[in-house]
Amino acid sequence: MAELVKNSKGKEKEPVVYSEMGTAVLNEKHSTSRLISKRRHVSLPQWATAWIVLIPAMIFLVFFMFYPIINTFLMAFINNFSWRTGGSSFALGSFFTSIRDFGIDAYNRDGTLKAKETILSFGFDNFFKLFQGYPGQLFTSSIVNTFVLVIVEVPLTIIISLLLATFLHSIKALKGLFQTIFFLPYVTNAIALGMVFQMLFSTGQGGIINLVLKLVSFGNLGPINWLNHQHPTLAYNHWVAGIVIVVYSVWNGLAFKILVFMSGLATIDKQYSDAAKIDGASSFTIWRRITLPLLSPQILYITITSFIGAFKMYSGVMSVFSNYAPLGKNHFFGGNSEGTDWMPIVGWIYKAMDNQQFGGQGVAAAGSLVLLAIILVVTAIQGVVSKKRVHY
Amino acid sequence: MAEAQYFTNEVTRRKYKTRQVLGQVFLYAFLTIFALFLVTPFIFMVVFSFMNPDSFYQFTTNAKFDSLRIFGDGKLLIGTKVGDNWSLQNFKEILVPTIEDSLGNVHSTSFFLYFFNTIIVAVSSTTVTVVTAVLAAFAFARLEFKGKDVLFALLLATMMIPGEMMVITNYQTTKELHWEFTFAALIFVHGVSVFYIYYLRQTFQQIPNELYLAAKVDGVGDIGYLFKVMIPIAMPTITTIIILSLMGAWNSYIWPSLVANGNWLQNGIWIPLTKIRLYGLEDIKNSFFANQPIKMFKNGYNMRLVSNGLMSIFGNAGDDVTVGKEAIKIAGSMVVTAPLFVFFLIFRKYIMKGLSRSGIKG
Repeated sequence: MAELVKNSKGKEKEPVVYSEMGTAVLNEKHSTSRLISKRRHVSLPQWATAWIVLIPAMIFLVFFMFYPIINTFLMAFINNFSWRTGGSSFALGSFFTSIRDFGIDAYNRDGTLKAKETILSFGFDNFFKLFQGYPGQLFTSSIVNTFVLVIVEVPLTIIISLLLATFLHSIKALKGLFQTIFFLPYVTNAIALGMVFQMLFSTGQGGIINLVLKLVSFGNLGPINWLNHQHPTLAYNHWVAGIVIVVYSVWNGLAFKILVFMSGLATIDKQYSDAAKIDGASSFTIWRRITLPLLSPQILYITITSFIGAFKMYSGVMSVFSNYAPLGKNHFFGGNSEGTDWMPIVGWIYKAMDNQQFGGQGVAAAGSLVLLAIILVVTAIQGVVSKKRVHY
Repeated sequence: MAEAQYFTNEVTRRKYKTRQVLGQVFLYAFLTIFALFLVTPFIFMVVFSFMNPDSFYQFTTNAKFDSLRIFGDGKLLIGTKVGDNWSLQNFKEILVPTIEDSLGNVHSTSFFLYFFNTIIVAVSSTTVTVVTAVLAAFAFARLEFKGKDVLFALLLATMMIPGEMMVITNYQTTKELHWEFTFAALIFVHGVSVFYIYYLRQTFQQIPNELYLAAKVDGVGDIGYLFKVMIPIAMPTITTIIILSLMGAWNSYIWPSLVANGNWLQNGIWIPLTKIRLYGLEDIKNSFFANQPIKMFKNGYNMRLVSNGLMSIFGNAGDDVTVGKEAIKIAGSMVVTAPLFVFFLIFRKYIMKGLSRSGIKG
């Protein structure tokens, strides 16, 4: 039904033909016409949709990720940072308020010299504090501890998991069972299993490792004091406790690496090894010259992520010593009543956070920047070393 | 692997066969050794948590080191009735509301409460994570907007930064917002994970463009496309994200230990954006009409998650409690690990497939 549509002024508008369903049909007179449907689609331009859709994620990211990163950098470089100065709602705001209240220069409003703590100045003061005095000693020893643990644990875990993945890949029967068993440590609670390990390595009840040692050596080797710094007869040994920490970390770390290596191995084409076998290569040569280079992207990924994760180790070390902590000690890493024997870098940072004796949060922020620098340097070294060895 | 292998004579064939068999034996032996290494703590955890505390003491104490019969009486384990050496006593002690230490102090240890807390935090934070990840990944994968590349490069850069750098500021923020001991601190602060956004974006990008164009012809807008096409196709990835996020919330320890580690009888639960603080259960009617804070729980609300609860009872906070209570500690570890274990057995394929895919891209 064509009808001439007149607008308000009485002029003829373009005729629009309406079909039964209410949607318009092309009019023969005009080459194009606007399709008018009964419901109007109001659609935003794509960039507006994008920004609206991104709002939930961005709120969280800005407040809890971008802002903290900036704030940590600022905190570390402000001398004598104390986030209560100024006292307004956010840490960033607090030193802007302190600028407003105290001013940037060294003099109060009434002309007297300001107390040193309230002068806002930027500098490396926090970094110097990081290495001075008792907290400084603790920080250096924590760096040493972390490096020792990382250097022992990460290569060991990667090599063992590579071997296990290769072996798992080449057997047929019981493959699923082994895969499930190897993946078990990933789903477990680090704290709960740390306590189980502590019990296994203890000298008292539940010390199965000591029992087995006794059995294997026909009663000659006495029980070893692995972790207890308060044992009445046997002395505590720093390196023996380190062995336990490494064993636990290896145990924890095997699962994910085996999984990634296995998935990488599954993508390797069988024809390469078949061709090599025809040429008479032994299995070991095939593994070394074909499998490993083809697996090198996964190996690089695992190496980088393992090192980064290992430098951040904290709950693994703490849960192994948990039983021997005196009442109320929060970050206890064994060895003495202060709990500082195997303190990792992250443990030091958490200890320094609320502790004014350690310098407070400015120094903790400086410590975390040092950790970031270490991680970046190690990752960069790995990137450079791997340039020639990784084949994509 | 049906290869035909030809040998010049019988001797070489036999040599090859033996070498093959030896190789397989070596492989299986190596695998079995390490499988035992990985599974032993679990075995001991399960076995010891079901033992009577007294039998546990007898079985594992050093007093039996003198003789070669290291496991003491072999009869201790085998051939005894259920009531003798095996009981659920450890579990009863770990799940009752209080535990008493040698000084007579009563600690509130109700693991049911810790489970409840952790389940709430896990479900809520997973919801937040999934919603934000899906929306953000959709924006980065499908929509075009100014600054998209810059923003995404920024996100990738933050993935490299250790979480410890953000903890200090988040701790300050939590304190300033008065979010200590609240659920909000546990849910929102680590609600968004850049890794999941990146992972989901990869999956979204693999959806072919033709589907988008076809949907556009049908008159479906961008958001409709997201809900009707993209989410159903990417459902396996989303399932993996849900599972990993739930597992992460269950196993979290460090952040809760800083902000929500104990009894907040003094502070009360603060319901965000309101002025309501919930303390303990008293007289709701009176409180309601007298405009007092509403108290909901009798002994105050022990705001802890599962790992922190374990640590607080058997770790540093309870030195007197732990002596002589090793068996109960193991039962506690077992109770904390078991739900995830069952969860893993059910969803094993999803977890392993999802994690392995994240490694292939390198």
